[in-house]
Amino acid sequence: MLLVAAIVGLGGTYISLTRGQGFSTLSIGPWTAWPKTGTTDIDPYAQAAIARLGRLPIALGDGVEFLARADDKGRLLDGRCDVELTGVTPAARYWTLTLYGANGELVANSVKRYGFTSQEILRRADGSFQITIAPRASPGNWLPTGGVERYMLALRFYDTSIGISTKEGREVPMPTLSVRSCP
Amino acid sequence: MIRWLLMLIGGALLGGVVHLATIFILPRTADHDAYSRLASIAPVNTVVAVPLPTPEKAAMPFMDPAYASAICRYDLSQGPLKLTVPVSLAYTSVSFYTRRDVAYYAINDRSAGRRAIELDLMTAEQHGELPEDENVTAADRLIVESPTLTGLIAIRALAPEPELMATTQAAIAGAQCKKLEDFKPED
Repeated sequence: MLLVAAIVGLGGTYISLTRGQGFSTLSIGPWTAWPKTGTTDIDPYAQAAIARLGRLPIALGDGVEFLARADDKGRLLDGRCDVELTGVTPAARYWTLTLYGANGELVANSVKRYGFTSQEILRRADGSFQITIAPRASPGNWLPTGGVERYMLALRFYDTSIGISTKEGREVPMPTLSVRSCP
Repeated sequence: MIRWLLMLIGGALLGGVVHLATIFILPRTADHDAYSRLASIAPVNTVVAVPLPTPEKAAMPFMDPAYASAICRYDLSQGPLKLTVPVSLAYTSVSFYTRRDVAYYAINDRSAGRRAIELDLMTAEQHGELPEDENVTAADRLIVESPTLTGLIAIRALAPEPELMATTQAAIAGAQCKKLEDFKPED
């Protein structure tokens, strides 16, 4: 009985801390945000996950962070593939896009580019943009992957009205993530 | 057979208790949480610049490399603190965290609406002890109440382009967090 208890209890804790970041998520396409994690209403699961990672959550009054580990079709992001991030973003004073390895570390690459801010991006006439996330240099907005097997993307909106009551819809048009080619 | 089944169910129920207990206890025992990590580089009640993250080394995981950041690890047991943060050219924010890394307040340059973000940080008890006249004369004074005696203040400023990082770091290098009674206005 104690053995079952130990397996169920500790196994459950391990899985919930490595897989997720708590309840009350806002999922839009491949992107997921946890707006409550940046408030005192943070749930115990998210708090445990944050303590384990050793990071500071973004306070909701500062911004909101969306993470993507997979593309639009649910395939895990692979640094050996060419991936296109295309579209527009919800209203915010600034946003940043950053590429992280499996443990939230920056990924080394030859040009020392780890992300983009909303100010540096080249846009089309209609304000939309495309970023190529690929191991090899690409024209336009190129975000290098360093060829790592697995990575994740963080899209952070600063000084934005996105919050706890935000629902998926027209006010939060998130860019799409699609694989263009894979070796 | 029934005895085995009962033991299995009992084990699963007990497992649920173990699971919830570990989830709740973990944040209290974690010695690699953000506060503990930063404690090694940040003395109490002083603003310290946090080095820019690189692939090899970062003070914490998931840091935004477009931001210059600084930390004030505070302890209010000796009295309230005054925080002043000069505003950088793009976007500056100040976020407040408890000892358990829970974000309880944030303000940015726009909501502060001035050339600098200025506020006093104190516990609810210290706020209650403020002399009446001080509370009235300081109608435009921003007071933030910390739910815990110790915690972290994260000062962050965006460099919209990598070339602007040095200027951005220089802008927030003037940030100060000091005991309220030690604070002398510059003008």
